[in-house]
Amino acid sequence: MKIVLQDLTKRYPNRNRKIKEEVVAVDRFNFEIPDGELIGLLGPSGCGKSTTLNMICGLEKPTEGRIFFGEDDVTDLPPENRGVGMVFQSYALYPHLTVRQNIRFPLENLKGDKKLSNTEMDQRADEAAKLVQIDQLMDRKPSELSGGQQQRVSIARALVKMPRVLLLDEPLSNLDARLRLQTREEIRRIQRETGITTVFVTHDQEEAMSISDGIVVMASGVVQQIGKPQDVYDDPVNLFVAKFLGTPAINVFAGEVKGGHLFINGEDVLPVGSVPDAPVTVGIRPEGFVLQDDGPFTVDLVRVEVMGRDTSVVSTHPSLEGATVRSIISAENKIDPKAKQVHFALKSAKVLLFNKETEERIRF
Amino acid sequence: MKQSKWKPWLYLLPAFIFLGIFMVYPLIDVFVYSFEEGYNSASQTFFGTGPYNYRYVLRDPYFLQAVKNTFLIVVITVPVSTGLALLISVGLNSIKPLKELFQTIYFLPYVTNTLAVGLVFMILFQKTPYTDGFVNLIIKWFGGSSIDFIDGPYWAKMFVMCFYTIWVVMPFKVLILTSALASVNPVYYNAAKVDGTSKLRIFTRITLPMISPMLFYLIITGFIGAFKAYSDEVAIFGTDLNAAGMNTIVGYVYDMLYGDSGGYPSYAAAAAIILFAIVLTITCVNLLVSRKNTTYA
Repeated sequence: MKIVLQDLTKRYPNRNRKIKEEVVAVDRFNFEIPDGELIGLLGPSGCGKSTTLNMICGLEKPTEGRIFFGEDDVTDLPPENRGVGMVFQSYALYPHLTVRQNIRFPLENLKGDKKLSNTEMDQRADEAAKLVQIDQLMDRKPSELSGGQQQRVSIARALVKMPRVLLLDEPLSNLDARLRLQTREEIRRIQRETGITTVFVTHDQEEAMSISDGIVVMASGVVQQIGKPQDVYDDPVNLFVAKFLGTPAINVFAGEVKGGHLFINGEDVLPVGSVPDAPVTVGIRPEGFVLQDDGPFTVDLVRVEVMGRDTSVVSTHPSLEGATVRSIISAENKIDPKAKQVHFALKSAKVLLFNKETEERIRF
Repeated sequence: MKQSKWKPWLYLLPAFIFLGIFMVYPLIDVFVYSFEEGYNSASQTFFGTGPYNYRYVLRDPYFLQAVKNTFLIVVITVPVSTGLALLISVGLNSIKPLKELFQTIYFLPYVTNTLAVGLVFMILFQKTPYTDGFVNLIIKWFGGSSIDFIDGPYWAKMFVMCFYTIWVVMPFKVLILTSALASVNPVYYNAAKVDGTSKLRIFTRITLPMISPMLFYLIITGFIGAFKAYSDEVAIFGTDLNAAGMNTIVGYVYDMLYGDSGGYPSYAAAAAIILFAIVLTITCVNLLVSRKNTTYA
């Protein structure tokens, strides 16, 4: 089931009643989610990603715009008639019911010709439980489960009614680091097995990049960029997206383009072709540095962090916006930790230029 | 660190002393009195020991009437007041405008003096040579004949009594239940909504279990409070409750001690012990039932 969002907009009245101006939570969101894909809505808190999810779910009504599931306009339908399964951030498992009762709960609501017999309901609950591998825990109460298990139960509860669309709100934020890794693979596997179009919300870019077919980066209610995770990472449209994706984060410098060359701190670091002369903001990904004795880019070394496979070079630079430059180089390169300065050459694909005022990307 | 064994007991000592002097000792004393026949508190003498006091009390028609009245009040007011309070709280919880105003109005009886409320009820219900009372005016307006609620038939008096008791005990229950309802995490309602749960099912399967600890607390304290009813009866029917036929067990105990026919501490003690046994039994049953049906999340 593909999902189409058409000019989706949500405005709230201002909390301060004296101010008449409305707060725009989501501003004209246009997007078509292809059938069977896993899409991550990504952005800092307050960017409107949860509001978007709630509008797709039906818990919130859009101020403007339409939502389509396939060819059906579901904008005015209540959540129960949309065929959505929702996994809440806090899981929202009913504490007084057992795992089985929790998973069966949506089925017990079915009316009319959709009504199921008791054995059918148990069968469906068992299938859903098996899919998320909690079939041994059916008679426990949620309080007797670990966070990861609770998460699985809530996914099973969302899947048991065979929804057309699965929605997950910050599905991993309540789990510890190790479980998070495991659970996100699990979500990917379940999504692949069921083939349900899935939208999830996260503020963790690593989480979104690692499992999504596509990501949507949002900031203050406005969609910044939509695309495959790698494409958005390699080719961000503006400084915000470039900064938001990637760990360690991109290093940002003040620079200047003069005569087809990029200068940072007076050093000619890279030829940039036909970019017109102007001061620019330069983003360099940590993996964009190549250790080279006569390299044009000079940094003042702070320390070298050896991480086994890679080496992380922490340094300072006079034109840097931020505290330190972080460069990741292969561990085969040997750096004298006592050296004062280190010289790098730059990989041109990892160097991104942005307009100093608009922060829009300048391609070269 | 070494923990000393006597220190915690030292901290608890003040509480133990007070509870011992003002609760445990009197309780034992009452128990002893109840088996001492013809105890005289002035001369501190009695004829003998035995179950005679209990036999007397249990055969006293005034006591039997008091037990009947008390049980009727308990059986009627506890479910009705709790049910009504639940209804009102759910209503209060689902309205937004003027919510605080309504909450205040519903809480007013709680801060109003019992005797003042009793007086108002007298004015509403009492029939005097000069006026039939407000309620009777309404009854007549609808074509009924007037009834004397204060000095009239037993059922009319019991009706006023229960009405009054419900009116007095409900505010506290509304207060507790509104805060219990407000403390249910709205995410459960959202989850239920997404799953297409009907309003009634949300209430019975989610809301009620979630507030069940508070509900049982109110039922248990409601039972205990209703069994101890006395001042409300005095507020409406005056101090001679036996004559009005509206006495309660606590009222009987008081009458046996200080009433016009009083001066029998042994009988009073026996009646008090019987009340204690009843309340203890019912509370234990309550706790057993609630343990099976309550979820503490």
